Amino acid sequence: MIYNEDFETLPREVLETLQLKRLQQVAQRVYHTVGFYKKAFDKAGVQPDDIKTLPDIKRLPFTTKQDLRDNYPFGLFAAPMSSVVRLHASSGTTGRAIVVGYTKRDIDTWSELMARCFVAAGLTKNDIIHNAYGYGLFTGGLGAHYGAEKLGASVIPMSGGNTKRQIMILQDFGPTAICCTPSYALNLAERGSAMGVDMRSLKLRVGIFGAEPWSEKMRDEIESKLNLSALDIYGLSEVMGPGVSMECMEGRSGMHVFEDHFIVEVINPETGDALPYGEAGELIFTTITKEAFPLIRYRTRDISRLIAEPCRCGRSHIRMDRVTGRSDDMLIIRGVNVFPSQIETVLIGITGLEPHYQLIVDRVGAMDTLEVQVEVSEKAFANADEVRYLQNLEKGLAKDLKDYVGVTAKIKLVEPKSLQRSEGKASRIIDKRKM
Amino acid sequence: MKVEQISIFLENKPGALESVMRLLKDADINIRSLSLADTSDFGILRLIVNDANRALKVLNENGLRVSRTSVVAVEVPDRPGGLHSILATLAQHGINVEYLYAFIEKSGENAVIIFRFDAPDAAVEVLSKNGFTVLPGERLYSF
Repeated sequence: MIYNEDFETLPREVLETLQLKRLQQVAQRVYHTVGFYKKAFDKAGVQPDDIKTLPDIKRLPFTTKQDLRDNYPFGLFAAPMSSVVRLHASSGTTGRAIVVGYTKRDIDTWSELMARCFVAAGLTKNDIIHNAYGYGLFTGGLGAHYGAEKLGASVIPMSGGNTKRQIMILQDFGPTAICCTPSYALNLAERGSAMGVDMRSLKLRVGIFGAEPWSEKMRDEIESKLNLSALDIYGLSEVMGPGVSMECMEGRSGMHVFEDHFIVEVINPETGDALPYGEAGELIFTTITKEAFPLIRYRTRDISRLIAEPCRCGRSHIRMDRVTGRSDDMLIIRGVNVFPSQIETVLIGITGLEPHYQLIVDRVGAMDTLEVQVEVSEKAFANADEVRYLQNLEKGLAKDLKDYVGVTAKIKLVEPKSLQRSEGKASRIIDKRKM
Repeated sequence: MKVEQISIFLENKPGALESVMRLLKDADINIRSLSLADTSDFGILRLIVNDANRALKVLNENGLRVSRTSVVAVEVPDRPGGLHSILATLAQHGINVEYLYAFIEKSGENAVIIFRFDAPDAAVEVLSKNGFTVLPGERLYSF
């Protein structure tokens, strides 16, 4: 099924004409309203008027996550605050978070794109959608919520956590669809079974899973444990939130990028050169309709590839494959984006701990676990040789990580010099997860 | 009247204790008394040895996290109620014990209780005034 048949099935040449027109408009607008873009365009020796064809997009400079941080909180907004109706932010220590804004029209666009996702998953206004994405600064919860309401479905604004209650509501309210991270879906299945609930006989028909990388193997597992069709959804706050691309029920192979609102490219992350369709590289997005927070050639650091072959569903929009990794050291733990540098910042703020640490990421059952191994400082140990003192250090760090980075971690104090000294980023992270 | 105790941070893993003991053996350091506080992840090994300075140096040089703490050693007759008599006095004076451990003297007549107080000076004063034998460090190191 297709929500907006006019736009989702536009012939390629018409779609590309529309994209060019919208790209030219957004290039003009950011150049004249956002100081950062004017400087970046000038430095790259390109003017908005130079965009004559769609491939001319390659002349525009990239925008990076660091650029977004440098302009915290509102430096890249292209609309006055009086027309911004919503703010969201990524997790991050103070001053390092990324803040995004939406005008009324941006919210309408986002709602429509999420509605398109639900319809691509075979849902209608007769469905009940259990939305277990987190509500709040994270874009997942509210993004899916508005889309479900736009479609006219009944939405249960469940948010994350409180698993027992979620299982009760899944039984009692009988939702026909669920949105959450794929690992949380498995966790629900496992916890439900342990509570003696037959998780295969719920009314759930479809699951829309995203916000973290997963695999075909996980899809099979979720489908068999929850007896539903599991579909992949993609999005990131910087570009909009969930609903940038979505797998269709008909194809179940790659996610359609809503190209009437976004231009997607794939580049070699080392050289920045464009890669042809089919080759894996870093995804780059340009938003061509957003008002409050337009982005030009944003480097997502997500690794995927584009699929140019037409899809059997009839959508003309190009597909992107599952995200298979990152071109930086970001970790996704239970759907939360975590950079080792954020953990380091928290560690440095705690007296008594050395900034020598190692992160062990694993998956126990369906849940990601993060263990932070950190060395006790000489000073801390000289001041107190008590177990209680060291345990308080552990508790304090766990609390700060939860508060500032948004991730639950187990802290393990280790002997000095037992951790490898920094020889590049990789040695700090041991990821034992098998997707 | 205080006794030097050394504390060593240990990860809770096979061989952690052994490696410390090997260092002490190779340095010819003798242990008078010890206790091990443990959690699921880590432990703190507390030692009273015949030569605290040399032990600290050896352990430090080998990259262990060590610290020096003052503890108080009290001698009591080795019979029922010995430890209780000390604790009763401490409780009366509102003195808090952080932790303690004990050993029996070679003669077999007395026990020595090692106390860690948050206010060791006040504790020593109270115990001495109430007739308890607070042992100087030298006595312990040379037992």
